[in-house]
Amino acid sequence: MQFFGGSEISPSPPAPAASGNNGHMIYVFNRNGVCLLYREWNRPLRTLDAQQDHKLMFGLLFSLKSLTAKMDPTSAAEKGNLGMPQLPGQGCSFHSFRTNTYKLSFMESPSGIKIILVTHPRTGDLRESLKRIYNLYVDYVVKNPLYTPGSPIRCELFNTTLDQYVRGIA
Amino acid sequence: MPPVAPRSGDAIFANVERVNAELFTLTYGAIVRQLLTDLEEVEEVNKQLDQMGYNIGIRLIDEFLAKSNVSRCNDFKETTDVIAKVGFKMFLGVTASVTNWDADGTCCSIVLEDNPLVDFVELPDNCQGLYYCNILSGVIRGALDMVSMKTEVTWLRDVLRGDDLFELQVKLLKHVPEEYPYKDDE
Repeated sequence: MQFFGGSEISPSPPAPAASGNNGHMIYVFNRNGVCLLYREWNRPLRTLDAQQDHKLMFGLLFSLKSLTAKMDPTSAAEKGNLGMPQLPGQGCSFHSFRTNTYKLSFMESPSGIKIILVTHPRTGDLRESLKRIYNLYVDYVVKNPLYTPGSPIRCELFNTTLDQYVRGIA
Repeated sequence: MPPVAPRSGDAIFANVERVNAELFTLTYGAIVRQLLTDLEEVEEVNKQLDQMGYNIGIRLIDEFLAKSNVSRCNDFKETTDVIAKVGFKMFLGVTASVTNWDADGTCCSIVLEDNPLVDFVELPDNCQGLYYCNILSGVIRGALDMVSMKTEVTWLRDVLRGDDLFELQVKLLKHVPEEYPYKDDE
């Protein structure tokens, strides 16, 4: 599998713009790994096709979660081998990581909805914002009687509200 | 940043938009009435109500989690407690209690004294087998399904059938572990 294309990646991006333009992209997955939503605002470099990209992102989160749980020094509970199936909510989880070029914030609801927001590396704590996005998802998607649960979200109203909200926070 | 404390059922109930209780009760009644006309068999109506409840439950869970800030329950006891104290309060405006635990903590009863769905209702002779509130058992089953608990929910007592209370038995069949959903790992 190819992770990086031939082009050079700059070591770190310029300082964040005042606000409104620092969100790169968002993913929403359900427990079955279906990508319910993908939106991008600012993504100059693409190395994989969309489906592979979604799969890679989901796989990254899944593995990272079992790694963080495995490494947890505080939990006395019996831990299985790395990669053992976990019960939902079992073990600990991470909420963000930062590289020199971006920051990835992550939240997972007990119902298995995963929300991933990729922003400028200097964005602050986005945990509350992700919860807010979860609330938007509930109001605009889940409560829409004509939306089929588990299917990709095609809802203009949700998209516009989301765009607006992300512009406000990052 | 300290985690936000879970909100109580009362606090959420006070904050959500509500509809007139009679409109709600009568709308539900109209649905059951229509199902009886369409399906004719009482057994079929029970099944259909349960299925409708299930479909509601798998959506309702997200609204419940988003509004209540409940993050994670340590065991099934806590789960049923949250359903009774927070869930029922938040969506129906009534509180339920949890009793009759079995020895290994996988089966209990949720008891409802007050149930807004059954105002105005009396079961006629030709509907004696009807579980009028079967939608509720479906909702609980659907919601718990989404948080990876397979359950069986059955009515033990029903005021409409001459009992003094509503009693729902919730039985935990199994916890479903989280697995990597993709088969081929290319």
